[in-house]
Amino acid sequence: MSDTPNVVTGDFEAPTTEPPSQPETADSAAAEARREIHDMWVAGTEEPAWMRSYTNEGAQEMLEAESDPALEIHRGTTVTDDFIVEEPADDDELQILNMGPQHPSTHGVLRLHLELDGETIRRVKPIIGYLHTGMEKTAETLTYMQGSTNVTRMDYLSPFHMELAFSLAVESLLGAEIPERGQAIRVLLTELNRVSSHLVWAATQGTDLGAVSMMIYGFRDREYILQFFEKVTGLRMNHNFIRPGGVAADLPDGWEEDVDEIIEKVSRGVSEYEELFNGNPIFRDRTIGVGVITPEECKALGVSGPIARASGIKWDLRKAFPYSGIDKYEFEVPTGKHGDVWDRYLVRIEEVKQSLGIVRQVLETMPAGDYRTLDRKVTPPPRKRIDESMEALIHHFKLFTSGFKVPAGETYQAVESPRGELGMYIVSDGRERPWRMHARTPSFNHVQALPTMMTDSLVADIVATIASCDPVLGDVDR
Amino acid sequence: MSALESLADAYPDLVFEHVLDPPQSVAHVPADAYLDFVANARAAGFDVFVDLCGVDYLRRDPRFEVVVNLLSYDPPARLRIRVGVAADDPVLPTLTETFPGANFYEREAFDLFGIVFAGHPDLTRIVLPDDWEGHPLRKDYSVGSVPVRFKESPKAQ
Repeated sequence: MSDTPNVVTGDFEAPTTEPPSQPETADSAAAEARREIHDMWVAGTEEPAWMRSYTNEGAQEMLEAESDPALEIHRGTTVTDDFIVEEPADDDELQILNMGPQHPSTHGVLRLHLELDGETIRRVKPIIGYLHTGMEKTAETLTYMQGSTNVTRMDYLSPFHMELAFSLAVESLLGAEIPERGQAIRVLLTELNRVSSHLVWAATQGTDLGAVSMMIYGFRDREYILQFFEKVTGLRMNHNFIRPGGVAADLPDGWEEDVDEIIEKVSRGVSEYEELFNGNPIFRDRTIGVGVITPEECKALGVSGPIARASGIKWDLRKAFPYSGIDKYEFEVPTGKHGDVWDRYLVRIEEVKQSLGIVRQVLETMPAGDYRTLDRKVTPPPRKRIDESMEALIHHFKLFTSGFKVPAGETYQAVESPRGELGMYIVSDGRERPWRMHARTPSFNHVQALPTMMTDSLVADIVATIASCDPVLGDVDR
Repeated sequence: MSALESLADAYPDLVFEHVLDPPQSVAHVPADAYLDFVANARAAGFDVFVDLCGVDYLRRDPRFEVVVNLLSYDPPARLRIRVGVAADDPVLPTLTETFPGANFYEREAFDLFGIVFAGHPDLTRIVLPDDWEGHPLRKDYSVGSVPVRFKESPKAQ
């Protein structure tokens, strides 16, 4: 790395010349007038001439991303990207381009700071924070009862997974046991949520690569699932349905027929997508060999989920650390070989099929019983009991005014969200509110890995790569 | 021998906790051994970077804590590393040389807690604006409020 000239990064030379002195003007009156205007309007705001040639943007300044020694250690192998351009560029030909935060292909308010050499990307810097709402600080002011309303708004495409991770963390501190039916309902909802999230990915991936009809198909099929969610939880998104202690309510009457219909409709839809994409020469050309990331880079950068699986890492938290009794159901973990956008497409489509298989198994083996723990310190009593039991009234009042206390300790619980490992780190000091809640969100790592996938590829591949990462900016910024 | 056992052999003095279900192994590491320990953990098999975050314990000494989560794929195991950081000099060495994935997380911890990671290539604010004052996730940074004036409700006719 060090013996080759570092032309890729285009280092700026340190300033050596003094600021040039102003030439004397003959017309002193005109000079005086200019000076007055200058004093009135711009004095104190201008920067020396030698500074104008480059910018100092603080957090938004570019870095030498590719000269990262740690990545070189982890990489071990060379990246095989079809579109690597070997020729070095002149500094004069480098061009800075800002993509986003309003660009429609950045899936939200992601901003990319690109350094381009013609059509080739030399450096990328993702700039995030446009959607930061301080949810981790907010969580410290909410009780554990209220906490799930907060976390469900982070990753708005897979709210059930956020709620599940939060609930698992709280329950592991409480030591609460969840009845089998509650666990099965959780599995049903999270797997359906995985399908609906992947359908949005399929819709946006198609649209970004020119298959606009895919947008319509994806959102059409997702709508069936969202309607079912609305029937179960009352809301299409941000459900606050999976709560510490179980789920908020039992499934409504007739849910079996609804789920059966969803499985049938979405399965038919998925085979339509495969028909649309698999043999499509444009889609293949724009995805095969694009946005490659190796398994070593995935490990070093913390990339998880379908992206890591597409690189050949056979890892799924549902298999490795099973939660909510998901190990009772049979499913396969699909993997790819090349770690490019095409493999991520194949992995996600296969995951949709596997998730529908799990949903089918839940449908056939749904146990009877309670849907939440009967510990009255955690779950509110049934409405009828409040009228007849003083104790039930007290429990209800205490739960909804001050919440329940959680034993002191700290825990990290992770679930496999549609995007990857979604972890909740909760520190409790023994009171009703978490002392600290940290969400380890997969999109945060994936946005961080974008430069690794993009560097030395072409501008047109940016949209394909971002879409294949499926970032949710609410998940990144929190 | 699992990754955790070989790591425990290399650090006989260190306290390993095993909490909860599924087992979570927690290592309390002094700040001066931190970088070395993470590098050894990576060599021992915990080669997947998962998470890094700060915690403010306010009245405890040391006041801050940096929590690093690592993962081993085969056999599946988690390791949580907790390092105390003093309030008057909140400096830790950066992990980006070992795990480039720590880059954004350390920027986040710097942004929200003011913990400085020495040697970090780009230690700037990540989620807050560059000119933001203070570090919001510290416990002495109040949530604040915006005064809202409600109009009087219209009287019943």
